[in-house]
Amino acid sequence: MAFISSGYDPSEPMKDRMSDIGPRKYDEFYPPIIAKNKGKWLYHEILEPGVLVHVSETGDEVFTVRVGGCRLMSTTHIREICEISEKYCDGYLRFTTRNNIEFMVDSKDKADALKKDLESRKFDAGSYKFPVGGTGAGVTNIIHTQGWIHCHTPATDASGPVKATMDDLFKDFQDMRLPAQLRVSLACCLNMCGAVHCSDIAILGYHRKPPLLDHEYLDKMCEIPLAIAACPTAAIKPAKVDFKGTEVKSVAVKNERCMFCGNCYTMCPSMPLADTEGDGIVLMAGGKVSNRISAPKFSKVVVAFIKNETPRWPTMTKVINQMVEAYAKDANKYERLGDWAERIGWERFFDKCELDFTHHLIDDFRDPAYFTWRQTTNFKF
Amino acid sequence: MAKHETPLLDQLESGPWPSFVSDLKQEAEKRAKNEKGVEFQIPVDVVDDLLGVLELSFKHKRTHWKHGGIVGVFGYGGGVIGRYCDQPEMFPGVAHFHTMRINHPSGKFYTAEYLRQLCDLWDFRGSGITNMHGSTGDIIFIGTTTPQLEEIFYELSHNMNQDLGGSGSNLRSPSDCIGTARCEYACYDTNALCYTLTQDYQDELHRPAFPYKFKFKFDGCPNCCVASIARSDLAFVGTWRDEIRIDAEAVNAYVGGEFPPNGGAHAGRDWGPFDIQKEVTDLCPTKCMKYEKGKLYINDRECTRCMHCINVMPRALRIGNDRGCSILAGAKAPILDGAQMGSLIVPFIKVEDPYDEIKDNVIEPIWDWWMEEGKNRERLGELMKRQGFQRMIEVLGVDAVPQMVQEPRSNPYIFWKEDEVEGGWERDIDEFRKHHKR
Repeated sequence: MAFISSGYDPSEPMKDRMSDIGPRKYDEFYPPIIAKNKGKWLYHEILEPGVLVHVSETGDEVFTVRVGGCRLMSTTHIREICEISEKYCDGYLRFTTRNNIEFMVDSKDKADALKKDLESRKFDAGSYKFPVGGTGAGVTNIIHTQGWIHCHTPATDASGPVKATMDDLFKDFQDMRLPAQLRVSLACCLNMCGAVHCSDIAILGYHRKPPLLDHEYLDKMCEIPLAIAACPTAAIKPAKVDFKGTEVKSVAVKNERCMFCGNCYTMCPSMPLADTEGDGIVLMAGGKVSNRISAPKFSKVVVAFIKNETPRWPTMTKVINQMVEAYAKDANKYERLGDWAERIGWERFFDKCELDFTHHLIDDFRDPAYFTWRQTTNFKF
Repeated sequence: MAKHETPLLDQLESGPWPSFVSDLKQEAEKRAKNEKGVEFQIPVDVVDDLLGVLELSFKHKRTHWKHGGIVGVFGYGGGVIGRYCDQPEMFPGVAHFHTMRINHPSGKFYTAEYLRQLCDLWDFRGSGITNMHGSTGDIIFIGTTTPQLEEIFYELSHNMNQDLGGSGSNLRSPSDCIGTARCEYACYDTNALCYTLTQDYQDELHRPAFPYKFKFKFDGCPNCCVASIARSDLAFVGTWRDEIRIDAEAVNAYVGGEFPPNGGAHAGRDWGPFDIQKEVTDLCPTKCMKYEKGKLYINDRECTRCMHCINVMPRALRIGNDRGCSILAGAKAPILDGAQMGSLIVPFIKVEDPYDEIKDNVIEPIWDWWMEEGKNRERLGELMKRQGFQRMIEVLGVDAVPQMVQEPRSNPYIFWKEDEVEGGWERDIDEFRKHHKR
């Protein structure tokens, strides 16, 4: 493969430089019906799972067919999306914040034909390419992070557990039987690029072993003061270490103080935490971001640790299923999972979801911990 | 014939949900066949090696990616994340496999023509693997080599009028909900505000001058579909301060069962006939509404605009006309000192082009404060906790209002300032002792 220049001249990087131009302007990409009716929408309705109509005061109607997408996506797949949008939608489409793809048409007939086409497309091995759904009181697509496909700090994979979970919850992606929407998110480490901390169910990768110390290279690869400053619990201190008869500058870690956040590794590559047995998944539940009825809230840790059971994480999906089924059975209409747990009490939540409560689930991290202990005699046996 | 055996990943090809493994395999095959005759600028078998290294991670249950080095494009301090494989001999195709963030358009609307241009560029100069989209919102190009970075940036900027997104201690690519483009709940044009601020703050987005990352997110209403309140240092959440518009006839159409509640969102189960008292007025968090003798009354002054009634009866109830946004500051994920939700700093502000009030009175004073006093890797929310909400009020130059708190403080440890106390703090001990013997 011969190198082909774009026109960029490395000897004169500033020649013809274009910078700070920003993204493309949104209205270049509006379908005409959107451009015409922007700000004039009266109401919407979900006609069936994955199919919405928005009605404008101009009388126009736009029908949207929503399909689940993998956030990890090849150009081959994107080209197929383009082809579909040209066949049915004059070449327009959009993505949602939860990795879904939306195709918009101006009549129900077109939406029906589009839906039929989308549902007919499968990968050779059998999975849907474009499953229609993800609307209303059901499970929509999982937002997630990179995981083992491209990240240096994960404690679990992302696309793998997401695929396993969505296979398991697939009927609820295409149905609207739940009391309210149920949002599942995954972050493959505590950095939470996916900010999963306010989801109905959050899957979080977590380490459980303190960092390894690569003394031979630590001082060469890292700024030791930065590694020390990175530790939120002050567990790291400078140390002179004997390495094969030579004294080298390095660090020492007070293991019992480590909370396994990996912040040191972010600052210092000579302090890796990843470990086959140590790493796995924390499940959290009951968070939300909407202000509807109750205030937004954080997800709570309900399962302290589940092993990374590649390739399909069966224990994790089983526990998620238990929570979804208990919620579906017991919650009131419009009640989000966290509101349900608060109404019945978290002690009941553990009963109904058949989850064990262990000491790991009692907060012991700084001031906020106290506010989570029970300071009343009102509880349920 | 696949380059690497992937028995573990192969098990992720079954089941109904789209299989990313099947997708990666079709991409690997497409590159191998190369029917279009693309002169690939990075190894043709890059996706095979990506599958190989992922399989190894599934076996080891550990990642095989290393920290990024300092790579990027000239003059920018963000937009590119260096990435190297820790088994380069086994997987030479992905030995150098950097990420590029491409700033997505507001609302994530696209044309096929534009996406194809991106695909052509990425097939030619990269792996052909993307994220649509990354967590912050960017289009993510996953995997290319260092010499291609400038070439890609040159082609993006010169041929596609397209810039990179943010990374590092920069303004990250702002992102928004669909807004007024296709949502009747949107209280302001999120697409326009997101785009305008992205353009106005290009320098902050590309050149790291902040203590740490900084995120803007724009939600058109309190339903918060982009999670601004949980995920952004400054969250702009649409709201209104007048009356919910009521179509009394449509209310009764819901009561009579002519319209499905909540836009049909609950159609998957028989919840029984719609009961406006049980499903709307009793669930109203402020109990500011009642339905009597066929008429719905809302005491708007007591309404906190939670959206529930509007969500349940979108054809009967509409957001008010005096619209703008609330601004909340300081949300972040748990690293380091625990997660924080955004705290309300501006109860209401009009959202009007060119948004000078938002920029001059809110964003820029906060940035000045944070850049002056924030510690290395301290998010805005952490600075707010460290220096107190009072400091934020001083920075904004606004008066405290009860809307800013859940409840007043329950300790009296007020840090009175000298100028708040009559006579100041300078006192004469001898004068005091005249009346109070030792």
